[in-house]
Amino acid sequence: MKRFRRHGQESHRDRIKQELYGFNKTVEHGFPHQPSALVFSPSLQLLAIGTRSGAIKLYGAPGVEFMGLHDENAAVTQVHFLPQQVDLVTLLDDNSLHMWTLRAHQGVSELLEIGRFTLTGPPGAPPSVTRVTAVLTHSSGDLLFLGTEGGHVFVVEVPGFRELEESNISLENVTNSLPEDYGGRRSLEHVESLQENPVNPRQVLIGYGRGIMVIWDLERQSAIKHIPATQQLESVWWTEDGDHVLSSHSDGSYCRWMVAGEGTQSEQEKSEVPYGHFPCKAISKIIQLPTEQGPPFLFLSGGMPRASYGDRHCISVIHSKTHVALDFTSRIIDFFVIRDGPDYTGDPSALVVLVEEELVVIDLQTEGWPVIQTPYLVPLHCSAITCSHHVSAIPLKLWEKVLSAGALQNTHYSKKPWPITGGQNLSPDAPQRDLLLTGHEDGTVRFWDASGVCLYPMYKLSTAGVFLTDAEPNDNMNQCTEGEWPPFRKVGCFDPYSDDPRLGVQKIHLCKYSGYLTVAGTAGQILVLELNDEAAEQTVEATVADLLQGQEGFRWKGHTRLEVKEEPVMFPPGFQPFALVQCQPPAVVTALTLHSDWKLVTFGTSHGFGLYDYQQKSNVLVRCTLNPSDQLAMEGPLSRVKSIKKSLRQSFRRIRRSRVSLRKHHVNNAAKVQEANARLEAELAEMELAPVQRKIAARSSDDSFTGLVRMLYFADTFLSDSSHHTPSLWAGTNGGSVFAYQLRLPPVERRAEDPVTAHPAKEIQLMHRAPVVGIVVLDGLGSPLPEPLEVAHDLARSADMQGCHQLLVISEEQFKVFTLPKVSAKMKLKLTAIDGSRVRRVGVAWFGSSRSEDYGESGLTVLTNQGDLHVVSLPGVKLQVQYPCIRREDVSGIASCVFTKHGQGFYLISPSEFERFSLSARCVVEPRSLVEVPSQTPSTTLPRAQPDGPSVEHRNSTRDTDDVAVLQEIQKSLEGYQPTFLENNVKSALAGGKVLTNGD
Amino acid sequence: MNKNHRVPSNRTLGAVEVKSKFGAEFRRFSLDRFKPGRFDEFYRLLQHMHRIPNVDLLVGYADVHGDLLPINNDDNYRKAISVADPVLRLFLQRKEEADYSAFGLDSLTRPKKTVLAAMLLRPDANRKKPPVIISLPRDFRPVSSIIDVDILPETHRRVRLYKHGQEKPLGFYIRDGSSVRVTPQGLEKVPGIFISRMVPGGLAEGTGLLAVNDEVLEVNGIEVQAKSLDQVTDMMIANSHNLIVTVKPANQRNNIVRSGGGGAASRSSGHSSDSGTSFYGYSSPGTAVATTPAHIIQNFHPEELESDEDDEDLVVEVDGEAVPIPRASSASCTIPFIPRYVPHLDLRTTNEALASRNNAGSLGTLSTADRSLEGRSLEEDGTVITL
Repeated sequence: MKRFRRHGQESHRDRIKQELYGFNKTVEHGFPHQPSALVFSPSLQLLAIGTRSGAIKLYGAPGVEFMGLHDENAAVTQVHFLPQQVDLVTLLDDNSLHMWTLRAHQGVSELLEIGRFTLTGPPGAPPSVTRVTAVLTHSSGDLLFLGTEGGHVFVVEVPGFRELEESNISLENVTNSLPEDYGGRRSLEHVESLQENPVNPRQVLIGYGRGIMVIWDLERQSAIKHIPATQQLESVWWTEDGDHVLSSHSDGSYCRWMVAGEGTQSEQEKSEVPYGHFPCKAISKIIQLPTEQGPPFLFLSGGMPRASYGDRHCISVIHSKTHVALDFTSRIIDFFVIRDGPDYTGDPSALVVLVEEELVVIDLQTEGWPVIQTPYLVPLHCSAITCSHHVSAIPLKLWEKVLSAGALQNTHYSKKPWPITGGQNLSPDAPQRDLLLTGHEDGTVRFWDASGVCLYPMYKLSTAGVFLTDAEPNDNMNQCTEGEWPPFRKVGCFDPYSDDPRLGVQKIHLCKYSGYLTVAGTAGQILVLELNDEAAEQTVEATVADLLQGQEGFRWKGHTRLEVKEEPVMFPPGFQPFALVQCQPPAVVTALTLHSDWKLVTFGTSHGFGLYDYQQKSNVLVRCTLNPSDQLAMEGPLSRVKSIKKSLRQSFRRIRRSRVSLRKHHVNNAAKVQEANARLEAELAEMELAPVQRKIAARSSDDSFTGLVRMLYFADTFLSDSSHHTPSLWAGTNGGSVFAYQLRLPPVERRAEDPVTAHPAKEIQLMHRAPVVGIVVLDGLGSPLPEPLEVAHDLARSADMQGCHQLLVISEEQFKVFTLPKVSAKMKLKLTAIDGSRVRRVGVAWFGSSRSEDYGESGLTVLTNQGDLHVVSLPGVKLQVQYPCIRREDVSGIASCVFTKHGQGFYLISPSEFERFSLSARCVVEPRSLVEVPSQTPSTTLPRAQPDGPSVEHRNSTRDTDDVAVLQEIQKSLEGYQPTFLENNVKSALAGGKVLTNGD
Repeated sequence: MNKNHRVPSNRTLGAVEVKSKFGAEFRRFSLDRFKPGRFDEFYRLLQHMHRIPNVDLLVGYADVHGDLLPINNDDNYRKAISVADPVLRLFLQRKEEADYSAFGLDSLTRPKKTVLAAMLLRPDANRKKPPVIISLPRDFRPVSSIIDVDILPETHRRVRLYKHGQEKPLGFYIRDGSSVRVTPQGLEKVPGIFISRMVPGGLAEGTGLLAVNDEVLEVNGIEVQAKSLDQVTDMMIANSHNLIVTVKPANQRNNIVRSGGGGAASRSSGHSSDSGTSFYGYSSPGTAVATTPAHIIQNFHPEELESDEDDEDLVVEVDGEAVPIPRASSASCTIPFIPRYVPHLDLRTTNEALASRNNAGSLGTLSTADRSLEGRSLEEDGTVITL
């Protein structure tokens, strides 16, 4: 019986755990790493992006997001929506085709892979015969045309992927239909482009690599016209009226061909090299769209003069007399144009360009074609992210101030609403306002609205203005000068080149109640900023904190201190710096905390830590933690070794970028280069690991960087006796030491005059000498002490000062609770001794129960070096749950992790993407959206749609018929199209079960 | 004890010549070989002869092999008299400053005078290759032991290394490798962790229980299977104060019954799978020192090993009192900013550099105290035996 009861208790606790904790990776914020394909569905108003890692992401209206991942680890080279459906087809680098669909489940759509297919050629044929180079999703919605490297076009029925061999258009058939003098003996090369006649779905244009294009009649199975282009073909566009075909070529030219006539050969109407005279690079894509009144819009990608601007990534937009070459900072992947009108067939309204590092949307209907700010896919990495800081539950006042400061920075953006509107966002409104702050290499801090599914940029703070740097502010060489040709216009914000690496932001701390912000950087600079609605001109006073304290034998080999501008600087509305501390030696700041109630900032480096009173602008305390036997810390910056590796990697990347884009099939090439690159990196990594043996030796006090300050913490607690609580400062080092200082603050009325003093009170040396990564004081009830000013704003229960306080010291290896004021070990949780993992990141969080509104527990959220997430209970320090989260090899992912106060977290899955996860069962932010099957035919004026009814019928009835019958059926349906709304509706109602009814 | 071990050449003589040395002074006297009397009488006689009536003494004698052996009871007193050949050479030491390390036995392979010389010259504890020495039985402290012989398969060995806060490194390296396991599907190659290198003079090498290419199966009772090399490294380091490693020795020949030679060891446990303790090298028969190496711990449970040794975190309070954390043994330290603390032990740590900056305060001082602590605990606990 006893055993049963005990079991019952355990299951009770298990149930509570289930109500408190649950692990989910919920949403990826930011911009996909290495995008490789882009497509847009006008009928769904959804945008799809494929990446080199095999991910596929769909975006619609803000908040509508879907993500899928191919099992194969191959790059997505093409993505195509099936017209008028919620299905899409992806082509991977390994030549496999995949069918995805958005299926509604319990009112929310999910992206699911429902089929895969690889083209098989005749036995003995070389692989190039079936290597797919071009895909056309026919407007009928159930046919795929696959052009291959061998020059053949295969026809496949979807969604079941059934090959319709009789419909295939072989290279021989095409060659035979060409006049002798064009066919010649030379090969037509691969199929570069497949286009359907916008007004006649029976006609398909096949563009071959060598330049020749053939218009093929699907019904008659023969070529009806050919276009005798002679230059290497890059892309083809069939104008909306079906009368003209535009072709772009590798020599930077484009041609317009008349195809409406009766003859078998098309006339070239126009051939132009837009940036002519000298040799030009290829025009990789061409689009021409009409406007209701006036001339059409022409969009060209590439075509720049090879010698002078060959390295530019440009899209030219030509409309009437306006001609702009949009100059992007990274390689263009693809672009499309969104059109106005109920059927999305009106005037072009926005140009959407996917470049390698960001998505840029240009408003084509506002004068000057301004950029529309993206609500998602934001380039988090426009300068490399160096740190992040999350603040939960921002008071409305601060939120509005930050928003208004941000609005003043965004005046150059278009006022138009976001043009991509597909799907319905069903997520509930965010329960609170959360801010994510990211620090960047160029010295900026970006504020992101992290409350919901969309990580929306709010405000950008630059700290570089305080310092003198080499870069002149206005040496922008891309300033448009009058009459310049080509007419460049710089667009996009991705700019990975930092003027001065010392500006890099390393630590951020924001007090959400007072609006005080402190930002610390690579060169030991600590700025204190306050929020101001008005622009202000002021000088920032610098105070030097000598952390060496006369330590002898020290040689600093690292960078020098940043020079501060002596004249007053104009600061725009927003966060404005008013105080600056510069550490000497100017080592990277490794710990930073601000206490807005006491008006103190504490900071630490590898040499020691300091306490700064930002009201009186004076140092209160400086303490050296250096171990004289620690040579590394004595010499220079931490990142010395790493930076070599980093610069190596960057140069590889640069080489790769320059090689890419020479040829159209860059994805293949790029993938190859990338593969080689990855191999090289892996080899490098292996070299770094050598020797593959590990020494077993206990840590000693002589190890490197024992003095590095890892943790700084303010607490109002019982430090010296159990009757008086006083302000205190706690510091933890890499060598397992904890220093505690008792702080004496003058009374409020004398705060500006009397000095703040700090007295050493305690030192603890953990015997296991592991780095201290967290210090928390627990109040009499075992809860973590509230944040400064939290109680004053009635947002937290004040700390219990009756019971005994406890000190929780978290090292990389153990969680240890000590009593206060007399420090004696009370309990501990050993992590490393048990499972060999070490604590990398730790945070204090409140876990609300998903079952009852008023129950919750405090806990520690822990990320280990194995990439596992743990929750450790407070104050009992017991392991509650454990979930694998990040690959253990993903060191930068683990290092970038930041926890929220409500059991969520973020980590970088690539330089440009944050993965959001949740450990809380109650607090989950995830996309919930619904996409419905378009229920209308796209247009009644353009009879391109064909009835789906017969096809459905045929699918249901021809289970056992052979391919000939199927083909005939299709042809019949192609011939006699009679658009009926009813049938379409029937079809959409059947859409759910369609997959299964494929005759097979 | 084998009294007929060696026949003294002049046993017909009734008197035993005694040459007693205390400090720099010698005393000579004689005893009746056949009526030696009791040890306490002999002890008082020595005090009287040297005129040190109130000094506690440690009495040792040199036996025929040149080993310095203690005289502290009637048995070994009588033995000492019986083997005197013809001179009984005694060495007296003050108990409080006794150098236990001088006691020990030596095999005949070693030059006779080594131990004596070692003692007379006040041997440097830091010498690279200390002679094989042995302390008084009550001062034995294990540096390693084989545990759980009754529950482990014979092919495995569970070794416990006692670090005791000494400076000596654990002294081995581990690597990744693969081993062959028998599974229901037949033989299977699985990744494993192996000892790759032993540091000469390190604790691990000294025990003789671990060897290169031994496969590491467990660390402190936790299987290392499916753990990465780095994880296992971290586990070992985190447990370094009390490390228990279960290995599958590369050399399986030592697993079988050990007979004869290891008399002392096999006596302690009649179990056939016992492969000896840290003392198994002990092979001199008929020695006067009775060693009882009963450090074989049976039925090992990981939780029992939850040693508090790593709880000896140092806490320094502001009032300058050296306050050890409760449960800590003898941890003591001073606050760094009050240079009152003077290491009161004859430490040979390299503190010259640190001493100069005591006033600056900070970790430097802390580590001074820290090392002094380690040094003292070493002395208090007596000499650690290394074989």
